[in-house]
Amino acid sequence: METVHAIELKHITKRFGKVVANDGVDLALNRGEILSLLGENGSGKTTLMNMLSGIYLPDEGEILVGGQPVSIRSPKDAYRYGIGMIHQHYKLVEVFTAAENIALGLSGKDHDRKTIAAQVQAISDKYGFGIDPNKKVYDMSVSEKQTVEIVKVLYRGAEILILDEPTAVLTPQETDRLFDILRAMKADGKAIVIITHKLHEVMAISDKVAVLRKGKYIGTVNTADTNPQKLTEMMVGHAVTLNIDRPQAKYKDLRLEVKGLNCLGGEGLPVLKDINFQAFGGEILGIAGIAGSGQKELLESIAGLQKAQSGHIFYYPPHPNSDIAGNHVPVDKAGEELVGKTPGQIRKVGVSLAFVPEDRLGMGLVGGMGMVDNMMLKTYKDNPGPFVDRKPPKALAEQLIEELEIVTPGVSTPVRRLSGGNVQKVLVGREIASTPTVLMTAYPVRGLDINSSYTIYRLLNEQKMKGVAVLLVGEDLDVLLELCDRILVLCGGQVSGVVDGPTATKEEVGLLMTHVGGGKEGERHA
Amino acid sequence: MHDPHSPLIRLAKRDAMPRGQVWAIRGASFVAAFLISALIFLLMGHSPVEAYGTMISGSLGKPTAIRQTVRIAIPLLGTALAIAPCFKMRFWNIGAEGQITAGAVGASYFALFWADKLPGPALLVVMAIAGAICGGLWGLVPAFFKAKWGTNETLFTLMMNYIMIGVVKWLQGGPWEGRPGSQIIPQFDSAAVLPKVLGVHCGWIIVLIMTVAMFVYMKYTKQGYEIAVIGESENTARYAGMNVGRIIMRTMFLSGAMAGLVGFIVASGADNTLHSGVAAGVGFTAITVAWLAQLNPFAMIAISMLLGILEKGADTLQTRLEVPASISDIITGIFLFCMLGCEFFINYRLILRGGHKEVAKQ
Repeated sequence: METVHAIELKHITKRFGKVVANDGVDLALNRGEILSLLGENGSGKTTLMNMLSGIYLPDEGEILVGGQPVSIRSPKDAYRYGIGMIHQHYKLVEVFTAAENIALGLSGKDHDRKTIAAQVQAISDKYGFGIDPNKKVYDMSVSEKQTVEIVKVLYRGAEILILDEPTAVLTPQETDRLFDILRAMKADGKAIVIITHKLHEVMAISDKVAVLRKGKYIGTVNTADTNPQKLTEMMVGHAVTLNIDRPQAKYKDLRLEVKGLNCLGGEGLPVLKDINFQAFGGEILGIAGIAGSGQKELLESIAGLQKAQSGHIFYYPPHPNSDIAGNHVPVDKAGEELVGKTPGQIRKVGVSLAFVPEDRLGMGLVGGMGMVDNMMLKTYKDNPGPFVDRKPPKALAEQLIEELEIVTPGVSTPVRRLSGGNVQKVLVGREIASTPTVLMTAYPVRGLDINSSYTIYRLLNEQKMKGVAVLLVGEDLDVLLELCDRILVLCGGQVSGVVDGPTATKEEVGLLMTHVGGGKEGERHA
Repeated sequence: MHDPHSPLIRLAKRDAMPRGQVWAIRGASFVAAFLISALIFLLMGHSPVEAYGTMISGSLGKPTAIRQTVRIAIPLLGTALAIAPCFKMRFWNIGAEGQITAGAVGASYFALFWADKLPGPALLVVMAIAGAICGGLWGLVPAFFKAKWGTNETLFTLMMNYIMIGVVKWLQGGPWEGRPGSQIIPQFDSAAVLPKVLGVHCGWIIVLIMTVAMFVYMKYTKQGYEIAVIGESENTARYAGMNVGRIIMRTMFLSGAMAGLVGFIVASGADNTLHSGVAAGVGFTAITVAWLAQLNPFAMIAISMLLGILEKGADTLQTRLEVPASISDIITGIFLFCMLGCEFFINYRLILRGGHKEVAKQ
């Protein structure tokens, strides 16, 4: 006897112009099951789920809900068929309460606030969400906001829930709590799809795993019958080693010293509070924290892009015998103060800072220009005279294309048209080519496929071995723990703790991310 | 799967289009402008063939007609070149009108009060420099405020136009007034008038030199590179160590100075005097020229000539076929609309319900 699936996709195809985003995808999910949809960036996961939630229409194929073929034309239709999607970027009104947000967009007059609040409370108790319906969204942490989104779709009667990368912004503890909730919903007979690319989460939560690769449906396997290595091979298409090296450098000398650094953000509120730490050459210092804990401001302060209210950042030149010494004008005094200097002035005194910012095309590169013009972004003034010299940047561009296997139609193709991985290789390549003594990178592998990610890790390790002080802001704690020598944890703009990479645990770092000093009830910032 | 509920027409951003197709669309938009204008002529009871013939012969038919067309094109080209670096920087300078006028005031001061003290060529050089400096300073004011306090440059530059035009009105009726009560500034001494080359004042040579200079400036100099980076992203510029505020002020001074030079050319070469209408809307029309040319200096030559032909042709229509002035304006408007509108079809495509067919017609 054939069971009726909660939801079934039959040979779904979606094209955008010439690009086939989904090519003949088949999927089936029963009630009381959790399915992980696994695939690299650009493999078509989100496109597929957007067809279920009524944002796109499939070009070919059929969607069946409860055995009946349906046409989902709008998010409203999706709700009617009991499909609810929790997007990566929450769509909540900050000044409204949880209950008001949940009621938003519902028609009918019988939705007075008290009834809604009571119903929300009921849902919350049933699955153990523990949310307060009358709390304003701006007072909530990221994880609470996510909970509101989940309650919102449940309130609207969703039986099939789709979560798009729900753990990307959560700490390990919050992730565990989310997984408990998902298990409770599964026990209640809901069908759940979770989009992710974190393999250990796939193994922890799901019953089945469906894998997509470049829009093609590769297959569905039972989680019990597979392992991370096998899943990676399905995802990438060939065998890959998942180990990240942590070699030991020859020299380890003090490079940067941050003392009592305070910064104000755009709204005049403190974003960095009394930051103290040291960074060494020949070391990768990881910087962990919930998104928006001051990581961006910290790197930008060092780079001279963020004005400091008070405090010092001292720079110490590398040991004269090390590989990287003397590549530039040497800094003439130990403990060169960087606070109060612009990026241009920092360069002028001989501090060779490389910075790979989070916003690659909005800060690190000029999207509309080709590789050649991007290569000379920091060096265009180096030759005398009023004209730019495009010969050295052109040579550098060609060299990087070869060394890093950058795929581009040509050195003058606007870098905006390149894929995310290639854009990042252009940026990291340029920064490393400047033979830095300090290399700062923010989320260097975000959006990159596995091969490109490993290329970046390799490049960071190479720099470390040369004696460069590497500062790495990351979001994947597993990677930080494998790659970094030490990890600095930020929480609400403060240094919450510094742990040793080889010995620290994820739980330890997770705790520091939410509570200063890892204490029980510290200050908590969303 | 055909879905009756999808919208009738959808818009989608295109990838880069092949060059040939881009020019085909531009050609088609031109044809469309001709056809729509023909319809207007028919409605007004004129033969479109006759009307177009009149426009062509009136603007290009005789050497004198060509000279007049060129005279219209000169300030358009010069001003389009002046605002190009600002627009490349995404600094929306719509104050060229005021900067032209400021330049004309600076040049006129020397034309009126120094004509007898300086030898001919030196007088013209001093007038040109004064025009450039006055225009440049007038452009520097909004740039300074933008760089220091982040004021909105669009409104600021626009308002500056009216102030400068007001200043000229005051000069006309006050300190620089010629015959008392005339409200007119006297004609310049002949030494302060730009000499003619091939029958047109030599401003055309100046703007052609400016064209080449601007091309080189934007493409091959460090300053041109800085302007392009800031236009794409100020954050990137700061990241690269550029002093964004200083570059904005420097570029606006340059832009204003070029507009001021145009003011000198118009006052000295074309009008031989200063009056409050010296800019005559050129500062605004030049925005269209710069935009249509996509900030390419050489394309600006063609576009400003084209606008010259349209304006001179429309003038001839008025005198020869007695078409009302408003109709001439409408014809010019139709051409501009079609030319600007076709860029939309180059950047976007329309998708009709039930298919992925492109709508190629205009």
